[in-house]
Amino acid sequence: MKLARVTCIGMARSRWKLCLSAVCAAAATACAMQPQAVPGPAAPAAAPAPEPARLPYSSTYQAGQSGTPVLIRNATILTGTGTRLDGGDLLLENGRIAAIGSELTGPDGVAVIDANGRWVTPGLIDVHSHLGVYPSPSINAHSDGNEATDPVTAGVWAEHSLWPQDPGFEAALRGGVTTLQILPGSANLIGGRGVTVKNVWAPTYQAMKFPGAKQGLKMACGENPKRVYGGRQKAPSTRMGNVAGYRQAFADAQDYQEQWKEHEAKQAVFEAKIKPDATPPKPPRRDLRLETLAAAMQGDVLVHNHCYRADEMATMLDLAAEFGFRISAFHHGTEAYKLADRLAAEGVCGALWADWWGFKLEAYDGIQENIALVDYPDGGCAIVHSDSAEGIQRLNQEAAKAMTRGIRAGLDIPPERAIRWVTSNAARSLGIEVQTGTLEAGKMADVVIWNGNPFSVYALADQVYVDGVLRFDRAHPSAKPLSDFSL
Amino acid sequence: MKISYLVAAFATAILATDAACAQDLLIKGARVHTVSTAGTLENADVLVHAGRIAEVGTGLAAPAGASIIEANGRALTPGLFGGLTQIGIEEVSLEPSTVDAELELMAPAWQHHWRPEFDVTPAFNPRSSLVPVARIEGMTWTMLAPLSDRSLVAGQGAAVTLDGRFDAVLNGSESLFVNWGSAGDKGSGGSRAAQFMLFDQAIREVRQPETAGADALLLPEGRAALKTYLAGGRVVFRAERASDIRQVVHYAKRHGINPVIAGGSEAWLFAQELAAADVPVLLDVLDNLPGDFDRLGARLDNAALLHAAGVRIAFSYDDSHQARKNRQLAGNAVAHGLPWQAALAAITSNPADIFGMGNDRGRIEKGKAADLVLWSGDPLEVTTVADQVWIAGQPIEMRSRQTELRDRYLERLRSNSPR
Repeated sequence: MKLARVTCIGMARSRWKLCLSAVCAAAATACAMQPQAVPGPAAPAAAPAPEPARLPYSSTYQAGQSGTPVLIRNATILTGTGTRLDGGDLLLENGRIAAIGSELTGPDGVAVIDANGRWVTPGLIDVHSHLGVYPSPSINAHSDGNEATDPVTAGVWAEHSLWPQDPGFEAALRGGVTTLQILPGSANLIGGRGVTVKNVWAPTYQAMKFPGAKQGLKMACGENPKRVYGGRQKAPSTRMGNVAGYRQAFADAQDYQEQWKEHEAKQAVFEAKIKPDATPPKPPRRDLRLETLAAAMQGDVLVHNHCYRADEMATMLDLAAEFGFRISAFHHGTEAYKLADRLAAEGVCGALWADWWGFKLEAYDGIQENIALVDYPDGGCAIVHSDSAEGIQRLNQEAAKAMTRGIRAGLDIPPERAIRWVTSNAARSLGIEVQTGTLEAGKMADVVIWNGNPFSVYALADQVYVDGVLRFDRAHPSAKPLSDFSL
Repeated sequence: MKISYLVAAFATAILATDAACAQDLLIKGARVHTVSTAGTLENADVLVHAGRIAEVGTGLAAPAGASIIEANGRALTPGLFGGLTQIGIEEVSLEPSTVDAELELMAPAWQHHWRPEFDVTPAFNPRSSLVPVARIEGMTWTMLAPLSDRSLVAGQGAAVTLDGRFDAVLNGSESLFVNWGSAGDKGSGGSRAAQFMLFDQAIREVRQPETAGADALLLPEGRAALKTYLAGGRVVFRAERASDIRQVVHYAKRHGINPVIAGGSEAWLFAQELAAADVPVLLDVLDNLPGDFDRLGARLDNAALLHAAGVRIAFSYDDSHQARKNRQLAGNAVAHGLPWQAALAAITSNPADIFGMGNDRGRIEKGKAADLVLWSGDPLEVTTVADQVWIAGQPIEMRSRQTELRDRYLERLRSNSPR
């Protein structure tokens, strides 16, 4: 229900204003049902339904509605909910998971896959990717991930940099990744909006865009912004400069929110036609930067915060409290383990690497047990992320390493728990947990069949389904690469 | 057991340079991957005396006073190669005061001297925090490789042991490092064609120093350094594109250089010739994307294709902090077609052979340095960890700054959230 509210920003009715009022929130609820359609006028019963208009920049991805139903039988299934089914069956139908259990039967014409000895998991989700915005080949013309011209560029959207022909998408698909969030880089305090896409080949980003998923807001702590701008004798050049930068930006956005609220009140009076000859009120000037920050404070855009050090995470939690927004996840967080209790208590996920450390001082305290420790407290939300065109191809191995270190440290982490780090927990941080991330009836049929235990260096994805459509089949690889560039 | 390791580690600190005084060690009942013609031995014993492997067999008797380790069937391998790294010459990558891997040349490329005499090994700090991080994961040695952004010739490096001794350089491993292809662009005026031109000039200055003149590329020290490499010395060329690899191999052979290719994304296109010329290749097997136009042919089965053609391969993730990932590279190479034994060789015996130390280490054989790792499972598997590492026969204390941090915060977390 909440998931489509972000699309309201582009709705025809509020095309040049924010979804700030209750009126618009109601409209948001309406568009949650049909996120790409503007509610049309009531049509006469006999007339054909009006062609729904598309919201600018919205998803044009068409989930597979037809196609042969698939019954995967006798697999070891990690559901993503923390459960493991041995000898389990999974039925995919109409792009959705129709049933999960044992001794399932499918409809007439169902394609049956004997998965004896194989493992099945939800499609993997990477919450931190720069595919398409820093694509391969990594050449000057492709440097599209950091609008490093101002410390606050909240008005830019990663999707407007996204090159769908990045060969990295197909490589990630072979690694079982079905959904990913593509973020701007971390040069800026507030780098802009991220986009969540389905990992499907398409010539446009709109045709990859996860229907109804909220956008992310990339924020960055620490060394990167102060190095980039400090090096230009410009603010911020210190960590205190960083924090002053976020605070001023959000304070400006609060002011902007107030202007719009006042305007909407005037507009309501005008629309009530109390004074028949009144002139319509002039709306405030639209500011894309502040619009994004206001959307973050509204919860319509989810905050994803690059932040390594525990003390800085605590500062950012205070910033969020000051301005009334939620941080969905701290990314990279090499010191998240030092604050694991607090993150769990506040419901903030840690999107982390298994073992990266030391490339800069704020990463010097990285440990291999970080993910397991963030996972440990009740309510802990640990995520394995990649931030890498290489790492995204092997999220299962990264999770396996993190699981192993946790077990070695004496924690009880079976595969059915660890798989959540690359599936359901990731979905939660992106606000798409209702649609994907677990193998439960009614969810999107985003599914990977592995040739064995995915927590192994030797494991390979045999088949990858996105919305029930077989997008990768190791036994029958496509003769040509998907990416035009790779031809 | 734990206490005896601590004592032994203390002893290591005192006696590291005097292996002859070291306690004998008998590892019993291991699955010994010798990486030699003996292959894998089940339920075998390895006896270590004076820092060297004294015997490999079954039912070996422990000498008086020997430390005895019951392997209970666990895998034992030679100590692993950490790849080309800057361990001990780089602490925090983005902090220049902690990085000694590169000689920064301020002059424009067409004016600066080549400094092949630049040798990073005296800068090696065995007390670097990176050393324990790598070695407790089974990496017992690494190849220190100078880096270069602006010069074609990065300088010289050598292998070091990671047991913490000050005199860590392993003799016979000295190598010169050269960037080629687009990686060398900044050092060759923007054209890879000029890389041959500049090399021609440098070689002429070495062979005919009287022609060097005022605009010489090399200083006298540089001529002396390069001269040794033109007499069959080992030069590691970082090259990715097939055409560059081919050109550089022919060029090196023509000038008496013993080339090693590092990178080699497209080496598979040239596999037969590399095998015939006996040119080894250091690979990052995870490098499968067209990261630049030199690597359009990158693929996951590069290692398998090269091995099948008979090319000697070794793995290098080329990352100091993540040297431990070299083991994961080997596992992935297996997943993409490389035989398991060949993958283990690519992080043990092959790099030892490539860098001139095959007679001394890289295999579990009588007389070899007793660099050994006892594993919790399959040594190439990501769910496996090193249970114990020995270098020169001495047990390594299985601690690092990272395990200290882990222990501190795990304890706090458990007391706050009992479960």
